[in-house]
This record gives sequence, C-alpha cells and structure tokens, in this order.
Amino acid sequence: MSTQALTYLLVGLSFALYIGIAIWSRASSTKDFYIAGGGIHPVANGMATAADWMSAASFISMAGIISFIGRDGSVYLLGWTGGYVLLALLLAPYLRKFGRFTIPDFIGERYYSQTARMVAVLCLIFVSFTYVAGQMRGVGIVFSRFLEVEVETGVIIGMAVVFMYAVLGGMKGITYTQVAQYCVLIFAYMVPAIFISLMITDNPIPQLGFGAEVNDGSQQSVLQKLDGVLTELGFDRYTEGSKSTIDVFAITAALMFGTAGLPHVLVRFFTVPKVSDARLSAGYALVFIAILYTTAPAVAAFARLNLIDTVDNTPYAEAPAWFRQWEDTGLVAWQDKNADGRMQYRAGSALSPTKPAFTGARGELGERLLSNAPTDSANEVYIDRDIIVLANPEIAGLPGWVIALVAAGGVAAALSTAAGLLLVISSAISHDLLKQTLMPQISEQQELLAARLAAAVAVCIAGLFGIYPPAFVAQVVAFAFGLAAASLFPALLLGIFSTSVNREGAIAGMLSGLTFTFAYIVYFKFAMPQLNSAEHWLWGISPEGIGALGMLLNFAIAILVSHFSAPPPNDVQELIENIRIPASK
Amino acid sequence: MSNPSQKKQHHDYWRANLSLLAKLLSIWFMVSFGCSILWVDWLDQFSFYGFKLGFWFAHQGAILVFVVLIFIYTWRMKALDSQFDVADSDDHPEKIS
Repeated sequence: MSTQALTYLLVGLSFALYIGIAIWSRASSTKDFYIAGGGIHPVANGMATAADWMSAASFISMAGIISFIGRDGSVYLLGWTGGYVLLALLLAPYLRKFGRFTIPDFIGERYYSQTARMVAVLCLIFVSFTYVAGQMRGVGIVFSRFLEVEVETGVIIGMAVVFMYAVLGGMKGITYTQVAQYCVLIFAYMVPAIFISLMITDNPIPQLGFGAEVNDGSQQSVLQKLDGVLTELGFDRYTEGSKSTIDVFAITAALMFGTAGLPHVLVRFFTVPKVSDARLSAGYALVFIAILYTTAPAVAAFARLNLIDTVDNTPYAEAPAWFRQWEDTGLVAWQDKNADGRMQYRAGSALSPTKPAFTGARGELGERLLSNAPTDSANEVYIDRDIIVLANPEIAGLPGWVIALVAAGGVAAALSTAAGLLLVISSAISHDLLKQTLMPQISEQQELLAARLAAAVAVCIAGLFGIYPPAFVAQVVAFAFGLAAASLFPALLLGIFSTSVNREGAIAGMLSGLTFTFAYIVYFKFAMPQLNSAEHWLWGISPEGIGALGMLLNFAIAILVSHFSAPPPNDVQELIENIRIPASK
Repeated sequence: MSNPSQKKQHHDYWRANLSLLAKLLSIWFMVSFGCSILWVDWLDQFSFYGFKLGFWFAHQGAILVFVVLIFIYTWRMKALDSQFDVADSDDHPEKIS
C-alpha cells in the first residue's frame, strides 16, 4: 500500500474511533456537558489534560523551534511544564473543592460580583479564541501536507469531526476522545523519535541518546558534535543561549503562569470526583506531558545533526528523496547562489524575503526556481522549522506507516486542543452569560440546548478563522499565555490564598493586567513593529515575556485597591475557609 | 461548621499546607529559574552524562524535578489531610452553597 493510502486509512480509522466514542458518551445533563458528570478517574483525566494541553504547536512545531534556537528553546520546555507545578499546588485542588462548572463561576462567586464574572468571561473568550484559531489552521495544514487536499477542505473535515463530539458529548465526549487522542499522538511522536535515536546513537531511549556518543566512531557526544558542526558553518553553538537572561526569565515566567491560568486546562480539574483526585490528576497530566516534552529536545538535536549531515554540501542531484518531496510543499527550498550544483547550508537567511516565492518553473537539476532576491549570506537552503517533526520519519528512512502515524498524531493533537477550547467558550456563553446573568429563568434542558448551540457557533467561527486566518493569528497565539498570566492567574490565586482581596481589587487588577499586556503587545507587534528590538523594550523584556510584568502589575493593583476598600463580606470569608479544606463538612 | 477547636484545627492545617508549599515552590524556583536560567552558564562547566549540567537542567532535568515535586505534594498532602482529619470522603462532595 502506498504511504498516501496508509495515511488515509490511519487518519480515517482514528476519526471513526473519535466519532464512535462521541456517540457512546453523549451528554444528557448540563453537568455531563460542562464537567463530564464529575466522575472521571484521575489517570484518565491526566491523559485528557495532556491531550487538551499539547496542541498542534507542541506536536508539530516545538521540536523544530528548539532545533533552530538551541538552548534558548528551554523557555518553551520549562514554561509549558513548570506551570503544572503551580496548577497542582496552588489552584487545582481548591477549584475542585469549589466544584462548579466554569472558571468565571469561581471569579463571580469569590468576588461576589457579576461584573467580575463578566471580566473573567471576556479574558477567557479572548485567550481561548486566539488559541483555537491556530488549532484549526493546524488541522488544515496537516491535511494539506499529508493527504494533499486543500487547507480549506482539511479545516472543514476537522470542523465536522470536532462538531460531532463536542456538540453531542460536551465535556464527557471530549474527555474520552482526548484519552484516545493522547494515545495516538504519543505513539506517533515516540516511534520516529526512538528510531532516529537508534540511528544516531544506538540508544533506543531518546532522553538517554541525547547525552550519548554519536555512533560514527568520532567518540564525540551528540551535543559536542552538534556544537562543532554548527560553529564550522557559522551558526551559534547549540548549547549556548543568545537571548538575554532577563528576557529568557520573563518569557519562561509568562508561559508558566499563563499555563496555570488557561481556562481550558483549569476546567479539566472540575471533572474528577474529589480534591485529592485533582492533585493526583495534575501529577499524572504532567507525567504524560513530560514524556513528549523530554523527547522533543532530543529529537531536536538529532534532527539538526542529521539534517546538516544529509543536506550540507550535497549535490542537489543526489539530494535525499524527502528533500524533493518537501520542496514540493514549499517547506524547503534551494537557491544555487554560487552555481556549483551543491546545497550549502550556512548561518543566516538564505532568501529575501525569508519565505520562498516559487516562480513555478524548474531549474536544470529539477529544483523549483525562486523569485526571491539572494541575500549576502552564503546559505542556499531555506528550511521551515515544522520539517523537523513532519519529515523526521522520512529523514530517518522509516516505512510509510510511520509517516501515516505522524499525520494521525498531528491531527489528534490539533483536534483535542480545539475541542477543549471550544467547550470552555461555549460553557462561558451558555452558563455564565445566559444562565447566570441574562436569562436566569431558563431550565436545565434549555441551558443544555444553549450550550450545544454555543458550541456549534464556536466551531463555525473557529473554522472561519482557520480558513481565512487573520494575519495576526499566528503571532497572537503565543500571546494568549501572557494575557492569561496577566489577567486570570492572579485573580484565581488571590481568590484562594488571600482573605482580604475584594471585588474592587480583583476587577481593577484583572483589567489593568490585561490592558497593560495587550497594549504592550499591540504597540510592539502591530503599531510600531520597527521598534520591536531589545533597546526599545521595557527593561529588555520582549512582547512574548511581558505577561510576567502584567501579572506583577495585576497583583500589586489588586492588593493595593483592596487595602483601601471594604473587605469581602462574611459569606465570602466562609467560602474561602471552605475551599481550603478538602473535607465536605 | 465552626466550633472553636475545629476552627483551630483548620487554621493549623492551612499553616502546615503553606509551609509545605513554600518548600516545594522554592525547589521549583531553583531548578527552573535558578539552574536552568540564572546559573546555567556557571553550571555548564560541570559535565553530567554527556551533557553540560546547566543545559541538561534546561532541556531535561527541570521537567523531571517538576514531576517529582507534584507527587511529593500529593503524598504529603494526603498525610496532612488525615493528620488534621480533613480528608475528602469517597462520595461526591456536596455543593458548597
């Protein structure tokens, strides 16, 4: 069977599985729809959380980004795992004890204010929509690369599948499909990783192979060899950073605290039976996430080494098959600046502008010709970062079914995250906006119907974003974390650990954190992009890391304003006492 | 819910919880922001199983420590829950209001 047919088969089988689960686990009450009935086993919830969490970006792009920036890639590795420690120790058990349906529920009750609830809904919708648009686009891209359908068709197929299980099953359907999706995605990630580790170091465990010697007889470790090869070609050393320490610190902090403030992750901890399960479940979630997150940096190093070995100074006529295949999709390109017929891979941007613009014609050797102007750099090869994971099985010479598996894994990663995000958006609308605020008289059945309708509308909007991506989507996805860190995280943390922070403080804090972070990002990314460099940044902190400062501002304002206004009423004091104790006495 | 002795017990439970959090979060801070970011260049002079030590923390070690921290937390909290008699029961907890 051809790779193409295998890919259709595996992706099709995985879809049949997800839809089957959706029909089996239909939601019959709002409790099923919002929190899966509250009876999910902590291990299952841990897996679902891991799938919910690991998006198309984690699966497809992260190893590639690390591969090209080396040690500084730690901001993603640390930021997207360290947040779970905060989640497990500071938020999850207490939110589970509170035990309602949504994050705005908690903010609204703890700060005894519908205004606070609406501010939380606003933050939630903003954070979740920017994030979900990227996921739908990811589904479309995986489809177009592996199944050779248009991105638009891919998005529509993805929408239809998410529609089935998110609208029918709500949180209950999503939870069980996410468990299945986790299994698919982790298997798809590990198989090529194990093979490439064996190929380069003879060690089957990527985390160990990462530190082992290269099996080419040079007696150098992977990282020594990589550092050596990269400096020879004019790149920075892989094991040294090039970002400033303060910026690495700020970005890591923004990603960590943002992780702990993301509504679609937090809401997963409402679905376990009790407080101790919420703690345990966060631990399992991090184990399942860490399997991928400790493999990714190893894959990144192996793939970079392998890429240089197979591409640099190789005559184009002898280029490996994967190079030409991915050239056809536009993810790699070659411009023979010195007309020697060989591909020189060096530091610096090969093309100007950096993305390849193909003329449609082919050169003598069969390469796709480019209309980009050549740059001064001796580099002749354009390589998209996503290639590291997508082409890994081919680079490692693995059979077709592994390639098909990676396609199914990429789709699983994107769909699971999209579904989780759509659910928190729809429950914020049907529960917080309608039931709790605008139309409190509606019955449970009407609320359930509203939740389904909201999910359906949200799927369609997300699909539209995927088909017609606003230019800013790709850039803002990373900022969802900064916004979550600066708006929701402090309000949640203070709501549990402080008895004196009140309604006025929380609202002022959330709004100022959100506004400050949003304004800083818009200023440097969209209004004045020419000023977006270290000497213009506030204390050398880039827009990616500014959420950390926004968070501190939120904390400071919330505490200060609370100090000068009336303390929370007695019933709120009792609520705080209550959520701090696991027992339901 | 509040006879004075129970209130005192809840208060002591909360203080024990906060002190556990302080210890665990200091380790969390030291491995992530410390070993992986602030002291990474200094640690790189040591070698650890084929890695420079600082680089290893940044790309592998910190994540492993995070996992261990959460399980220590669940284990210690379970002990505190029963010590102060505030453990959650197996049936579904009732709503608060």
